[in-house]
Amino acid sequence: MTTLTIDGVDIARTEDGFFVDPSVWREEMAATIAKSEGIDELTPRHWEVIRFMRAQFEEKGAGPSVRVLGKVSGVPIKELYQLFPKGPAKQAAKIAGIPKPIGCI
Amino acid sequence: MAKIEKVSIAISKGSLEGIYPGLIMANGARAEGMEANLFFTFFGLDAIHRKRHEHIKLSTVGNPGLHIATWLGGVPGMSSVMTQYMESKMEKLDIPSIPEFIEMIADTGAGLYACKASVDLFGLTKDDFIDQVQGIITVGDFYEMAAGGEIIFT
Repeated sequence: MTTLTIDGVDIARTEDGFFVDPSVWREEMAATIAKSEGIDELTPRHWEVIRFMRAQFEEKGAGPSVRVLGKVSGVPIKELYQLFPKGPAKQAAKIAGIPKPIGCI
Repeated sequence: MAKIEKVSIAISKGSLEGIYPGLIMANGARAEGMEANLFFTFFGLDAIHRKRHEHIKLSTVGNPGLHIATWLGGVPGMSSVMTQYMESKMEKLDIPSIPEFIEMIADTGAGLYACKASVDLFGLTKDDFIDQVQGIITVGDFYEMAAGGEIIFT
């Protein structure tokens, strides 16, 4: 377990950086998490993906894989990797404060 | 925690079960943020062959994992039937077909390369391959590209 401090609030995260409790996430936290992931600015396209991740998590209890993101989020795979170079599903899940998406494809 | 930064995967077989594992590993590596390169050699070249990659078949001969009698595996049409069966199962699980999967992997930014020795052996040229193939390279080029990372041979 690790802790990330955002605006004076301590957030418990797993060893690999995912929120332990997704309900404590707020949109205002996204920019700080993104910076720690090496993403300096969150564009409207980033936000499209982040909100999609969040919505899928709330609906299905888990975040989508890159394949699902590419098919359903409206952002194609090539662009997803430009937005989130260290793995779109993984990085967007971290920034959206949800657990790591499960799945091999 | 130790991290793998780069993987170079060689795909040397031209059967369905010979090609998918390497593709899944390459796609998974990119999803984890690793650099990934795919190197197609020998019959693995069929996976990136314009005319052949839509017709990759499961091998039903010499494949004890299928748990069918050896003679049955050799019956004409068996390979097609088993391939269709496997493909329908994969579709239900939303596993992409080989052409779609390779296109997807290229979109993730992974490199796709054909092995020069095999290309020469089969009398192929760059035009025989899908557009996503970045080049025909030698084994030396492959090692240079793979330097500092993990090499996986399938």
